[in-house]
Amino acid sequence: MHIVVCIKQVPDSAQIRVHPVTNTIMRQGVPTIINPYDLFALEEALRLRDWLGGEVTVLTMGPPMAEESLRKALGIGADRGVLLTDRFFAGSDTLATSYALAQAVRKIGETWGIPEIVFTGKQTIDGDTAQVGPGIARRLALQQLTYVAAVQEVDLENKTITVLRRAEGGVQELKTAIPALITMLEGTNEVRRGTIADVLRGARAELVVWNAQTAGITDVSNCGLRGSPTVVKRVFAPKPRATKAVQIEVGDRDMGTIAEDVIARLYAVQPALEAALLRTAAAY
Amino acid sequence: MSTAPTPPAAASRAGMKKELPERFKSYKHVWVFIEYEHGEIHPVSLELLGEGRKLADKLGVELIGAVLGGNRAAMQDAVVEAWEYGADLVYVVADPTLEHYRNDPYTRVMTDLVNNYKPEIILLGATVLGRDLAGAVATTLLTGLTADCTELAIDDEGSLAATRPTFGGSLLCTIHTLNFRPQMATVRPRVMAMPGRTKGRQGRVIEHAANLQEFDIITKVLRFLPDRNSNKVQLAYADIVVAGGLGLRSPENLQLVRALAEVLGGEWGGSRPLVQKGWMEAERQIGQTGKTIRPKIYIAAGISGAIQHRVGVEGADTIIAINTDKNAPIFDFAHFGVVTNAIEFLPALTTAFRKRLSVNRLAS
Repeated sequence: MHIVVCIKQVPDSAQIRVHPVTNTIMRQGVPTIINPYDLFALEEALRLRDWLGGEVTVLTMGPPMAEESLRKALGIGADRGVLLTDRFFAGSDTLATSYALAQAVRKIGETWGIPEIVFTGKQTIDGDTAQVGPGIARRLALQQLTYVAAVQEVDLENKTITVLRRAEGGVQELKTAIPALITMLEGTNEVRRGTIADVLRGARAELVVWNAQTAGITDVSNCGLRGSPTVVKRVFAPKPRATKAVQIEVGDRDMGTIAEDVIARLYAVQPALEAALLRTAAAY
Repeated sequence: MSTAPTPPAAASRAGMKKELPERFKSYKHVWVFIEYEHGEIHPVSLELLGEGRKLADKLGVELIGAVLGGNRAAMQDAVVEAWEYGADLVYVVADPTLEHYRNDPYTRVMTDLVNNYKPEIILLGATVLGRDLAGAVATTLLTGLTADCTELAIDDEGSLAATRPTFGGSLLCTIHTLNFRPQMATVRPRVMAMPGRTKGRQGRVIEHAANLQEFDIITKVLRFLPDRNSNKVQLAYADIVVAGGLGLRSPENLQLVRALAEVLGGEWGGSRPLVQKGWMEAERQIGQTGKTIRPKIYIAAGISGAIQHRVGVEGADTIIAINTDKNAPIFDFAHFGVVTNAIEFLPALTTAFRKRLSVNRLAS
């Protein structure tokens, strides 16, 4: 069985800082990580490979430095890393990104065998859109399974797959045909540590590097800014509220007195509150 | 790296004056995808009808709902509700294949509706269902989709200006889909206010045939296991919310937050770092990547108020912030502030509320 996992290298958002004057992102010196949601997808892919045999190919699109994320994924246990990098891809929105990735998955299929499953994380932590997974599924006519909590069964002979999917207000048990695209929910598995052999292999492995042309993309007008229907017109910092919080005096008053003060202020701005609270309290 | 010709400079596209291609000029009206499951409309769809009404009025066009489901008779209540929340017209697609949500039939029907009736704007809730559907529909139509918008407006040229947090919620950006139609956007539950309901308000309805056969749909729903007391919904729609942050210093102190929430008959939650540290489940995270809340009262204890938290709570009527740092950003958007240690202050506030409520109950 052949599984492709799409990953993205993202800035470690906990350490992103905004320039106080220009309101631009200060990228310099911000460490990058594999999008944490993608690791659950990678682990699920490795688990299926270990169970059913086969190979896991990890695919990422990004600048040349994104090879680091592929080496990390190989170090966790993936078999092959493919880096899709080209200046034509710069400025891609989710539609253009899904186009380029879908083309690369197609090329991966031609080169190493058509994948039975394509995995992505449920979303990235920098874009938070959750749109690229469904975009790839649609472009490759794969069955789309988003927010999957567990892969329960894969039947390679009859080409079916059964999963548990997080739905509105409950969990769906879905059965569909492979090839399928799965976006994996977080916290559904425990991401393994690679063996020392894997880590060494990851550091030394020869990665497959494709540009638009070698990935088989003949029409670059679908890529990058040109292939993106959405246009970012403005980036700005949120407006501060005109008035700051009214500070309740603390001084050396005891906590009980301050609390009474807070309640009095609250009842003053929300006159209906006390009656509502009493109704709730009476219902206990 | 590549031998292909140089692409146009990045800035030229964004700066280009857009003329909408001829084939898109007939695209008109604002649509809301009405999320209808288990016999009910998801509240986010009603919030979007309120927001869609404003956009439609600004453009001078109609507000239209699209509702898909399995049983036409049972869907009539949803049609009436859509009218009463502002829809002028509702497209109804009833077909047994649409009884339970599945991506493929829903995507086919929505795409078919768009190609037939040509809306200029489609709004969907950013729920698991809405996100699953929106991405597939936008890709099929090859149009622009902006996720998790916090503000929607129509600019001077009649284009949808969709504003959303970016870079993990540290900045906002405004996104346009200039050359393509429809312009699509999703909005998370509770980000927009619930509009008023006009009882008896009526509109038109158009039935549209799905033309689907069950044997043609590959994915089957084997079972549906409903959540028991989904606290998700309760937190997003609670009137009173008490939340804790890292200022509580230890997971045990979350008990102080729970105790106050209980006395007030409200819900409790926390900021993102508490989930990352494993102090509480992700379901209770409040903020841009967690739940957006719009309670009457929000009490934030030991939360510094990063932008990603702020965008999730700004809809609250009254925000009370407790923090030892008088310069914490939370005091920039809270209504009342108490510069003190939340660990000591929360029990005092709980006791004071309890006393007030029991005294007044005896008196009344």
